[in-house]
Order: sequence, then C-alpha cells, then structure tokens
Amino acid sequence: MAEIHAQENILEKLYSEPKNLWKRLLILAVLLVIVGWGAYGFEIGLDENGVNMAKSIFNGLTHPETELFNLGPKGIPYLILETIAIAFLSTVIGTILAIPVSFLSSTNIVPRPVALIFRAIVLFIRTIPSLVWALIWVRVTSTGPFCGVVTQSVCSIGMISKMNVTAIENLDTGVLEALDACGANTFEKIRVGVLPQLSASFVSTAIYRFDINLKDATLLGIVGAGGIGSPLNDAIGNMRWNRVGAFLIVLIVMVVIIEFVSTRIRARLAQGRR
Amino acid sequence: MIKNILDRILLRPQVITLENGHEVTRPRSKAPYLLLLLVIGVYISVRTTGFDIAMFVRRFNQLPVILGRIFQPNFGFFSTVWPRLVETIKMSIVGTVLGCILALPLSIVSSSNIMRHRVVLWIVRVLISITRSLPAVVYAYLFSFVFGMTTFAGSLAIAVFTVGIVAKMMYENIETIDLGAFEAMRSFGGTTLQSFWTACMPQILPQYLDNCLYSFELNIRQSAILGYCGVGGLGVLIRARISVRAYEDAGMIFLLIFVVVFAIDLINDRIRSKIIRGH
Repeated sequence: MAEIHAQENILEKLYSEPKNLWKRLLILAVLLVIVGWGAYGFEIGLDENGVNMAKSIFNGLTHPETELFNLGPKGIPYLILETIAIAFLSTVIGTILAIPVSFLSSTNIVPRPVALIFRAIVLFIRTIPSLVWALIWVRVTSTGPFCGVVTQSVCSIGMISKMNVTAIENLDTGVLEALDACGANTFEKIRVGVLPQLSASFVSTAIYRFDINLKDATLLGIVGAGGIGSPLNDAIGNMRWNRVGAFLIVLIVMVVIIEFVSTRIRARLAQGRR
Repeated sequence: MIKNILDRILLRPQVITLENGHEVTRPRSKAPYLLLLLVIGVYISVRTTGFDIAMFVRRFNQLPVILGRIFQPNFGFFSTVWPRLVETIKMSIVGTVLGCILALPLSIVSSSNIMRHRVVLWIVRVLISITRSLPAVVYAYLFSFVFGMTTFAGSLAIAVFTVGIVAKMMYENIETIDLGAFEAMRSFGGTTLQSFWTACMPQILPQYLDNCLYSFELNIRQSAILGYCGVGGLGVLIRARISVRAYEDAGMIFLLIFVVVFAIDLINDRIRSKIIRGH
C-alpha cells in the first residue's frame, strides 16, 4: 500500500513539473538564428590547392627539422631561453608594479573616487589587446625582446591588479583589529596581519600570469617583439613547414610542462602548504 | 653559532624545548633560497632580453603622443570599421559554437570519475592541452594557407582554441559533481551515456553554459586581433592603420571593440544570473 502511495507521489511530482518545452524550443530557435546569421555568407575556400597545402603542413609538423636544435643564437634552445626570459622578467615587473596599483584600486583601502580612477586605468590596459600594446610600445623600444618585456609588463599589471583587488577586498580586518588591541605598530600589522593573508594569492596570481605571458610571448613575436614567435612567423610566411614543425613541437612541450608545474604549485598554495 | 648557520642553510628544522620539557620543531623558511633564485632569474632575463631602462626613459615621450592620438578617435572612420566588426562578431560566434559543441564530449571522456580507462583519459587530456598551448593567431595563420584568407579559417582557429579551454574547465567541473544519481542509474542497467545524460547533464549544464559564455567573451577579444594574419575581421584594419601610423583611425577601432566587449559582457551577465536562478 505504501509502495503504491510512493509511486503516486512520484508521478504527481513528475506531472507538476513546470512544462517549459516551449521555452526551450524558443531558446534553441534564438540560438539557431544567431548561429545561422553568423554562418551566413561563409565560404569554405577549400580547393585542391588547400588540400595539398594541408598535406604538406601535416608532413612538416610530423617531420621537424632537427638541425635547429643547435646552441647558436638562432638555435631553438636560445630562442626558448629568450621566450622564458621575456615572460619571467615581465611577470616580475608586472607583479611589482601591480601591488601599488591594486591597493590603490581597492575600495576598502582608499576612498572610492581614487579606487574608481585606478580601476578605469586597469580597465583601459585590459581593453587594448596585447598585440596592439606591442605595436604601440614598438615605437618606444624598437623591435626586439625588450619590446616584449615592456608590453607584457604593462598587460600583466592589468590582469594581476584585477585578481589582487579581489584578494585585498576579502581581507579579514578582524586580524588587524586584534593586532591593534595588542599594540602593534603599522609595520608589524602589515608584516603579520596583511602579508600572510595576501602572499599566497599574490604568488598564485603571479605564477598564473607567467603561464599566460609564456603563451602570449609567441603571439607578440609576430609583431617583432622577440622570442620564438618571430622566427616561427617567418617560417610560416616562407612555408618552411619542417621548420614550423620544430618550433611548434618545442613550443607545445614547453607550454604543457610549465602549465603542469604551475598548476601543481598553485594547487599547493591554495591548500596552504609551501 | 656555526652549527646554527649550517642548520639554516641546510633547512634543518629548528628544535625548541618548551618549559614543560616537550620539544617542538619549527621548519626553517625557504624564502632566502627562493629570493636568490628570483634574483638569478631576473639577472639572466635582463641579460638575455637586452633590457635597457635608459632607452625606455629617453624615448618614453613617444608614448603620450601615440596614446593622445588614439584618444581622439576619427569618427568618420566608423563606416569602414562597421562591416569588419560584424565580420569579427560572426567569426567568433561560429567559432565559439563549434568549439563548445566539440568540447562537451571531449570533457566527458577526460573526466577521471566517468572515464575509467586511464590511457584514453590521458591521451585526450594531452590533446586538449596541446590545442590550448598555442595562441589562436598561430592556428589562424596555418589555416589561412589551407582555407585561404577567409573568415572560415578564423572561425576554425577560434574553435580549436575554444575546445581546449572549455574542455579543460568542464572536466574540472565534472570531477566535482555528485555521482550518486549516476551510479544509481548505472545499477538499473543504463549505459554510461544514458546515465550521464540523465543524471549528470542537469548538474553540469549551468556550468557548461557559463563556460561557453566566458569563452565567447574571450573569443570576441581574440578575434579582434586574429585578422592580423589576414583571415578577416578587425585585425586586418588594425594592421593596415597602425602600419601607416593612422592612430586616430586605430583609436576608433579600439573604441568600437571596447563598446562591443562591454555590451557583450553586460548581456552575458544577464544571461548568467538567469542561469544561476535556474531558468
């Protein structure tokens, strides 16, 4: 008897579910219309030539040129070193410069108008794509790895500040009040009250940004900002696919390894271990 | 004294004897070593990249000039930018949809709690990392040789990149969901796919839509520069105008990108809050 009752309950529940079939169909239709509009007028320019090209690209990617692995200034090891150096230096500079910026754009540290001004600056930095920043900075620094460092430092400030502001605004102020009650001075309050709360998240953000900078360094190379991107760009332009293959494979391996390591470190930081 | 310094260098834990006779150990700080590594890293990087602060200071006055011109956008340029902007938006819509659709099955196959086959799991995960490790511009450049300088090449590049990020975010989500219902369905004799569709999809759907919207935002920003290699969209214009130093025109392009990105962020936030509320 109880079983039948339970069954009826279930059925009742099922029938009382709101019927939103029409709503779902409508959403689907809207999506289809948007996608249809997007795909309208697309031409897939795939012809005989394109297929052959795809074959030769694939062939090049699977047969990378091995003689590029020399230790000269044009060899892959040096280019990798240069790429990592650009990403590393710009992460360090960006992180250091982002600290004052992020404190100045936190509403619990400075008055609201000041915070809003600094937030607008950060928003501006983030709106302009990094490639475009590189094109602008190239006029100041001329081409080369230095341009990459300056560009990525600026772009890093934008993103790091945004992440840091969240951490700062979540500061537990109870600790500071307790330290006040103990008679701690400002320096002591920062050392034991603020730094331990923020350091893990700041370091985590910096490592995350290093990851992004490393990927972006390839992109910036296309406009001549140094690193492995410039020769990669030349190789693609000259259709030397074996060369492209060598660059891409090294690049992928480097990024995957560094991403793996940085994810590990960040997971440990999040758990509060050192 | 010497022993103390040696202990510090070798990171031996400090032993403190308390008043009641108990001994506690306190780990030494690794900060000096990390700092040393950082300094060495910075030194090597400065040498490698030709970091030149003097040149930076000397020629810094170039920057306000350029920025000043960007901040005076040439509004007459609007009619030229508009069709390109539409092209960019179309390109990223198609790319995002393609990528998001492909990402869902891949993410299911690469979640360790659904996929029991370790080898397949890791092969798919590595593939996902590979698609994510190159910037979309590189894909666009390669595809432009195969498909010609079309927007399709751009869409495809965006799709490849989107698969990487959405699949990664999704398998991280799927690994945290409650599998009780899934296991119950399996014990009733449902296939993995059936059980996943009925028991897990409702749990991950809001997250999935959220990730799709996020990737769409990202792709709008990305596709603005994708055309730099000539696959269509705003990038073509940006390249052309900046190479002739027409910064006022570039300023107009940036203004439009900013407006579009901002508008899409707003719309997405609306949709997102609806998804979170349940409908």
